Amino acid sequence: MPRQVKIWGCRGSVPTPGSDTVAFGGNTSCVEIALGDDAALVLDAGTGIRELGFDLVRRGTQQIYLFLTHLHLDHLEGLRFFAPLWNPEVTLDIWGPRSPVASLRSRILRAFSPPLFPLDFRDVPAEVRFHDLPGQPWESHGLSLGAELVLHPGPTLGYRLETGASSLAYLPDHEPVLAGIADRSPDWISGGAVASGADLVLHDSQYLDEEYDAKIGWGHSSVGDAIAFYRAVGAGRLVLFHHEPQRSDRELDSLEARAQMLAGPGEVPPVLAREGMVFELD
Amino acid sequence: MDTQRQKHLVLILAREFASNLSTPTLIADERGYLVFYNEAAEDVVGRRFGEVGEVPLDDWLGAFDAKTLAGETIPPEERPARVALDQHRASHLRYVVTSTDGLEREIEVTAFPLFAHTEEFVGVVVIFWRS
Repeated sequence: MPRQVKIWGCRGSVPTPGSDTVAFGGNTSCVEIALGDDAALVLDAGTGIRELGFDLVRRGTQQIYLFLTHLHLDHLEGLRFFAPLWNPEVTLDIWGPRSPVASLRSRILRAFSPPLFPLDFRDVPAEVRFHDLPGQPWESHGLSLGAELVLHPGPTLGYRLETGASSLAYLPDHEPVLAGIADRSPDWISGGAVASGADLVLHDSQYLDEEYDAKIGWGHSSVGDAIAFYRAVGAGRLVLFHHEPQRSDRELDSLEARAQMLAGPGEVPPVLAREGMVFELD
Repeated sequence: MDTQRQKHLVLILAREFASNLSTPTLIADERGYLVFYNEAAEDVVGRRFGEVGEVPLDDWLGAFDAKTLAGETIPPEERPARVALDQHRASHLRYVVTSTDGLEREIEVTAFPLFAHTEEFVGVVVIFWRS
C-alpha cells in the first residue's frame, strides 16, 4: 500500500505569512507520513503542525508519534498550538535528541512555561511521553524509522523512514559540507547513512550558492551543496526544503529552475517543497 | 537502517578538525580501530591512510617498538592511545619509537577519549608532538 508523505510546512527559520509566500507557504517545518485515521506519524513541530493538528482532530486521530529533528524554535514552536495536545483522549509520543547534559523532556518543557508561554506543561491534558534519541529504530504500522546525529548547531537528528519497499530521508537542517562531501565515503558524510540510496530525500537548501560564504557554520546548506550531498549518497529524488524566509514565491520559482538545470544525466530534477505537496512511497 | 552505519558525528567532526591541523593526529573509534589519520601523520607513519585503511589500533601500534627514554620497553597497554581507549582517560608520554624504517625517534604523544554523552564513549584522538 503506498504511503502518502504530506508537507505541512517547509519554510526555514521563521514563519513568513503574507501575499509573497502563498505558493510555497510560510509555515515552518512539519511533515506527515500517513498511517490511517487511528494514528499519525509526524516529523517536526514547526508552525505547520498547527494546521495538521486541526486536521487530526477532524479525523479523530488519538495516537500521534512525533519525531523532532532538534529543538530550534522553528521546529518546535507549533507544538504549543497543536490542537490534539489539548484533548485528554490523545496520546502523544515525542522523540528527539537529548543534549549532552539534559533530557529531551526537560529541554522541551522550557518552551512550555512562563515567560515563554502562559501555561505550564502540567496543564496539558493529553498524555505525553518523551523518548530520547538516538536509540533503537521505531517500528510500527509496517514502518521503521531510524535516526542519526547530523551536522547542525546543537544536537540534531536526521531521520530515515523505511516502508519495506522504499525509503525517505528527512534532513531539513543540515550542513554536511562542513565535514566534507565530495571526497568522503557515505559512512564519513554527515547524514550519509540516513540518506544513502533513499528513494526520496527532503534536504535543507536554505541558501543560494553565492550567499553561502557569508553563512558558513550557520547550519544550513546551499542548493549546490544539497545536490552534491544527494549525489554522494546515491539518492533517488531530491526535494529542496527549509526555504530562506526572505525568499518570495517568485524567487523560489526562479531558484527551482536554477536547481533543475544542475541535474545531471539520468538524475531526476530536484523540486522545491511546497506546503500541501504530497509524495507517495511504495 | 539497512545502509552502512554512519560514523558517529563526533568522529566525523574530529576527522574534519584533524584534516585541518599540521600536527600529526590519529583517530580511533570505540572498537579500537584506527579509522583516520591526517596528512601530517603520514610523515610519522610513513604511509598514506588510504593505503592502510581501517585497522585495529593494536595492529598499528605493534609496528612500532616503543621504549622509555631510559631504554626500557613500554608495553602496549601503557602507551597513551591504549590508555585512552582502555581506561577512558587522557594520557601523555614522551618516549622513543623505532618505526618501520628502522629509525629511532623521540616523540611526545597525547591521547584523550571522546565522549558524546557522559556514558557514551565514541573513540579517541591521538596527537604526536614533534620536537
